[in-house]
Amino acid sequence: MLTAIGHQVFAGLDFVGDQMLILVRCLAYIVRGRIGLRRTIQQMAIAGADSLPIVAITLLFVGMAWGWHTAEYMVRFGATSYFGGGTAIAIARELGPALCGVVVAARVGSAFAAELGTMTVTEQVDALRALAVNPVYFLVVPRLIACIIMLPILTVVADASGLIGAFMLATYVGVSPGEYLSSIQQWLTGQDVYGGIAKTLVFGLIIALVGCRQGLRATRGAAGVGRATISAVVLSIVLIYATNLFLTAAIFR
Amino acid sequence: MTFMNATEPLPIQLQGLSYMVDGTAILEDVDLTVHPGEIVGIMGRSGTGKTTLLRLIMGLVAPTGGRVLVRGVDITGLDEPELDRLREHMGMVFQGAALFDSMTVFENVAFALVEHRRLPAREIEGRVREMLDMVDMAGAEHLMPAQLSGGMRKRVGVARALALSPSIMLYDEATAGLDPISAVSLDDLLVRLRQQVGVTSMVVSHNVESLRRVCDRAAVLHRGRFLAVGPIPELETSADPAIEQFLSGSPEGPLTEGPDR
Repeated sequence: MLTAIGHQVFAGLDFVGDQMLILVRCLAYIVRGRIGLRRTIQQMAIAGADSLPIVAITLLFVGMAWGWHTAEYMVRFGATSYFGGGTAIAIARELGPALCGVVVAARVGSAFAAELGTMTVTEQVDALRALAVNPVYFLVVPRLIACIIMLPILTVVADASGLIGAFMLATYVGVSPGEYLSSIQQWLTGQDVYGGIAKTLVFGLIIALVGCRQGLRATRGAAGVGRATISAVVLSIVLIYATNLFLTAAIFR
Repeated sequence: MTFMNATEPLPIQLQGLSYMVDGTAILEDVDLTVHPGEIVGIMGRSGTGKTTLLRLIMGLVAPTGGRVLVRGVDITGLDEPELDRLREHMGMVFQGAALFDSMTVFENVAFALVEHRRLPAREIEGRVREMLDMVDMAGAEHLMPAQLSGGMRKRVGVARALALSPSIMLYDEATAGLDPISAVSLDDLLVRLRQQVGVTSMVVSHNVESLRRVCDRAAVLHRGRFLAVGPIPELETSADPAIEQFLSGSPEGPLTEGPDR
C-alpha cells in the first residue's frame, strides 16, 4: 500500500520535474532565437488553423444549449436585458477558453503524443540525437510556440461562435436581437475578453508540454504509443480544468 | 597495425564499461581500445548487449559504470549540447535504419547537412546525390521510407549517417537484411572509407563472412562480456570452445548452455 502510494508520488514528481526540464530547455532555445521557423509555421497550421472548424462547431453548440436554457428563464422573469451580457461574460471568461483548451488538447495534444511516441519507439528520436540534433529543439520548441500563439487566436473564434450560437437560440425563444447586442455592449468588459484569452496562453503551454513529454517517454511499441496518447489527453484536460480554476481566481477577482 | 598514428587521439576507448537495467547487467566491465582507421567487428548472439554497446558509445544512454572516451574525451559527464558537438564527428546506422518516416529519402540524407552546415541548396543536392551513389541508391531521392525495402532503408541510413563525413562510424547489423550483392558492396564501402578518409568503424554483425572481409579485429560478446578480442584468423585458431562455437555457428556448445538471458 505504502509503496504503491510512494510509486504514485514518485511518478507525479517525475512528471512535474520532466515538464520543468523540457520547459527550461525550450526557453533556452527560444531566447537564443533557435526556434526553427519553418517547422513552427507548419505546426501553427496543423495545431491552429486546422483546429478552427472543430473549435467553432463545439462552441456554436455549447452557445446554443446555453442560450436555450438561460434565455427561456430570462424571458419568463422579464430579465432579457441581462441575457446578452451574462452570456458574453460566461463565454469570454470561462466557456470559450476552457472548452477551446479541451478541444485542442483532444485533437492536437493527442497528435503530438502519437507522433512523438511513434518516433521514439521506432528509434527516430535516437536517430535525431545521433545526428547531433536535439529532440527538444527539433520537435518540442515548434509545437510549444505554435500552441501558445494559436490557442488565443482559436479562443477569439471560440468566443465569437459561442455568442453566435447563443444568439440563434435566444432570439428563437424570445430575446430581441437588439436587446442581445446592447446587453453585451453594456456588460462585457475588455478585461473579461483579454483575461479569458490570457488563460489560454497557459493552456497552450500545457497541451504542448504534456503531449510532447508523454510522446518522448513512450515505451514498447504500438501499445506504448497508445498509452502515451491516452495519458497525454487525460493529463492535459485535467490540468487545463485545474489551472483554469486558479487562473480564474487570479484574473477575475 | 600500419594505420596507427601517435598524434591522433584514440577514436574510441571503453574502460570498465558497465550497463545495468533494473538490476540486470547488460554489459559488464568491458574494455576496448579502437585505433584511428581501424575497423572492429562486434560479434555475439542476439541479446548479448551489442546494440547497447553502440548506444553507449554514441552517448544515447549513460553507462552505470566505467567510462567511454570518444576522440580522447570522456563522454560520461557531458551534457547533450556537448555530446552533440562530438556526434557531429560520428555516424550511426541503426538496426532498423530509423529513417525519418515523414521525410523523403533526399530529406533524410540532407538532414544533418541542413541542420549543421550553412550550404547553398545546390551543394547540398550534390552531396546527397554523392552519398546515395555511394550506397547504390541513386534515383531514390523522392521516395518515402515506407516505399523502400528493408535493405534499401538500411542503405539510405548509411548515406544519412555519412553525410557530415564523420570520422567514426557505428554500424548496427549493417549487412543484415541486405541482399548478398549489396552486403558485399557495403563491406567495400567500409574499407574504402577507411582507405580514403581514414574513417574508424565499429560493426555489429552476425555475419562472420562479412566481418572476415572488413575487420582488422573482432570482439566476441557473450553475456555482457568480451570473450576475446583479436584478428579473426587468430580467433579462429582459438582453443576457447565458446569462440569456436560462435565462429562455426554450431548449436551445441558453451554459448548455448546455462540459463537464457
